[in-house]
Amino acid sequence: MLGRTANDLFWMSRYIERAENMARLLEVGYRIALLPREGGGEPEWFSTLRSAGCEQGFLEKYKTYATDDVVRYMLFDPDNFSSVYSCLSTARRNARAQRTAMTREMWESLNSAWIEFAAINQKALTSDKLPPLFDWIKERSALFRGALLNTILRNDTFYFNQLGTFLERADNTARILDVKYYVLLPHAELVGGEIDNAQWSAILRSVSAHRSYHWVYRESYKPWRVADYLILNRQMPRSLRSCYDEIANALAELNTYYGATNGCETQARDTLRLLSEANMTTIFQSGLHEFLADFIGRNNGLGSAISKTYHFAD
Amino acid sequence: MKGFDGAVREPYHSVHEWLSTQKIDDLRRKRSEAEALFRRTGITFAVYGDDAATERLIPFDIVPRILSGAEWRRLSAGIEQRVRALNAFMYDIYHRQEIIKAGRIPADLVIQNAAFVPEMMCVEPARGIYSHIIGIDLVRTSENEFFVLEDNTRTPSGVSYMLENRETMMHMFPELFSRNRVQAVEDYPESLRLTLESVAPDNLDRAPTCVVLTPGIHNSAYFEHSFLADQMGVELVEGQDLVVVDGALHMKTTRGLRQVDVVYRRIDDPFLDPLVFRRDSVLGVPGIFDVYRAGRLTIVNAPGAGIADDKSIYTYVPDIVEFYTGRPPILKNVPTYQCRKPDDLTYVLENLEKLVVKEVHGSGGYGMLVGPAASRDEVDMFRMKVKARPERYIAQPTLALSTCPTLVEAGIAERHIDLRPFVLVGDRVRLTPGGLTRVALREGSLVVNSSQGGGTKDTWVLQE
Repeated sequence: MLGRTANDLFWMSRYIERAENMARLLEVGYRIALLPREGGGEPEWFSTLRSAGCEQGFLEKYKTYATDDVVRYMLFDPDNFSSVYSCLSTARRNARAQRTAMTREMWESLNSAWIEFAAINQKALTSDKLPPLFDWIKERSALFRGALLNTILRNDTFYFNQLGTFLERADNTARILDVKYYVLLPHAELVGGEIDNAQWSAILRSVSAHRSYHWVYRESYKPWRVADYLILNRQMPRSLRSCYDEIANALAELNTYYGATNGCETQARDTLRLLSEANMTTIFQSGLHEFLADFIGRNNGLGSAISKTYHFAD
Repeated sequence: MKGFDGAVREPYHSVHEWLSTQKIDDLRRKRSEAEALFRRTGITFAVYGDDAATERLIPFDIVPRILSGAEWRRLSAGIEQRVRALNAFMYDIYHRQEIIKAGRIPADLVIQNAAFVPEMMCVEPARGIYSHIIGIDLVRTSENEFFVLEDNTRTPSGVSYMLENRETMMHMFPELFSRNRVQAVEDYPESLRLTLESVAPDNLDRAPTCVVLTPGIHNSAYFEHSFLADQMGVELVEGQDLVVVDGALHMKTTRGLRQVDVVYRRIDDPFLDPLVFRRDSVLGVPGIFDVYRAGRLTIVNAPGAGIADDKSIYTYVPDIVEFYTGRPPILKNVPTYQCRKPDDLTYVLENLEKLVVKEVHGSGGYGMLVGPAASRDEVDMFRMKVKARPERYIAQPTLALSTCPTLVEAGIAERHIDLRPFVLVGDRVRLTPGGLTRVALREGSLVVNSSQGGGTKDTWVLQE
């Protein structure tokens, strides 16, 4: 496979995953923005933008966090390279450049998503139409992922897509946690009250885990449990641990397929060991924020190592 | 569809009967379904840029164009004769130039020709073939008369439309295919792969590695490049993915460099190699021509293959066929006036209103005059152009082109059509039954080029 092909596939899957995450984050932010607030005032959009990694770009364009501006910036702004518009457009451009590595089903699901999204009339998007749009974006991502899983050959094409999806997902989950880490510290429970409960619920919602939490823990939200669920729990498909199970697996398969060994797999296994041997008590002791910052750094480092090892851009 | 006597011709009987039972609105609906299908599959040609808005569809007409098995057999023999002769001509031109020495073709027409590539002199391409993929544009003027309008020996395009038109027709009108025994076209990609492999450099100790070289996603035919690479199961590469190392061409893969043996290139000669041709080319690969000349790589079609489809050479193709095959040509040329010849020029200037005038180096239907359809001003303007630079123009009589029923605004109506069969030349000549039928959608128009609002049709060759 061409190095350029691997690069395009990796980023195609990353951008699809990112589009879905943007929709999810917006959905939660929007839900909170709609709730009545004590004493009026503007809804809190900063943490949503921060979790999405777009707060700097946003502040360069806008002075206040008006809901309409935030939504437009995260959905449609071509200047924001993480907006849903940019994600779908880049993913589709990569797919088009790599038609030979795409199955017909993958290409058609992505191409029609792009055609429909590009045809949306932004002016006609009243607030009642936004939640269905968020759903639509998630559905489109699911459709693409389903087409990929059901039709793609299990060779390097598949593994580079897997790596893109799960590196992006791990980064996203870690960032959501890091932005809100203070509400997850054990003492936060002492502060307690309904506001924190809403915050925990929002964190879980932003990774579609507010219902499954109860099935796994069979109790009401506890901050350290929420953290445990999203960091260490293998059952939770968006937890850091789950993502690294997939990443380490994809790299191992890739090496078997290529009949080679390299540093990427070792690097991924180190992170995986860290996640499988840790428990929340030790993580809290050494600092949740420090732990997450270290993880985000490792995850980015692995991304660079993969791009270098597999000649993404020689 | 109808014979020149007005009756429905035999191969069309079944489709004619079917068509007369269809409601126009249903057909229109089917056509929009087909277009939605094309757009979803991404069968578009980019006009420029990469936005959905600039990716246009070539209009697809749902009424098929039909040839009988016997008609096709006659055409095939003519096409095969012609492509063999054209390749023999190129080998000769780039070696001993016997045809010039024999006085059958003027030397300056070849040597001064922009499509002649002097760097190709004495190069030995695998199997002596220069043009492996050829499209021959044909028009029909009567029951038994087909004329060659043009040979395309560089990088003919449109084969993906031939294949996708068939897919779409089978998807939308399966009943038509159970009522008519239509010869399959789906083997084309396999034939193309076999052709490419058959012209790999000699003495390879492994299966040859073939690639398709594209200028990239902004090229108007990008869909076709990716489609063919995908259907053959070979890599689709850009210039930036290739590099010459140790006298061999390599592609940059996830596992490092891998040697490439056959390049089906879809970029033009001048852009192939900045060290030999245009220095500012970023689409090609520095050093690729040296690898080719040393016989360690096959480029398909060969650089310099354009010499055989130049419009000024076209007039000589009947002589070329006779010179190299020793037989009279089976397929005729359209009579052509060369404005660089004084007698022809006089005739052309006196009869502009009746003639089609083309630029010698033009393509895509740009820069041509269709006399009978042109305004007085247009004719006058062309008169000045031709007078100023006669050597740049040729002229042909307007032919009574055959027509085929076509779905237009007003319902079903006759529109003019041509035919581009696709021929592959390797260890043997491979010809896919039919080809691409292009249709002029405007009433009375003879211009079928997609850049000028032409459409395409599925083309059927019936089993004998």
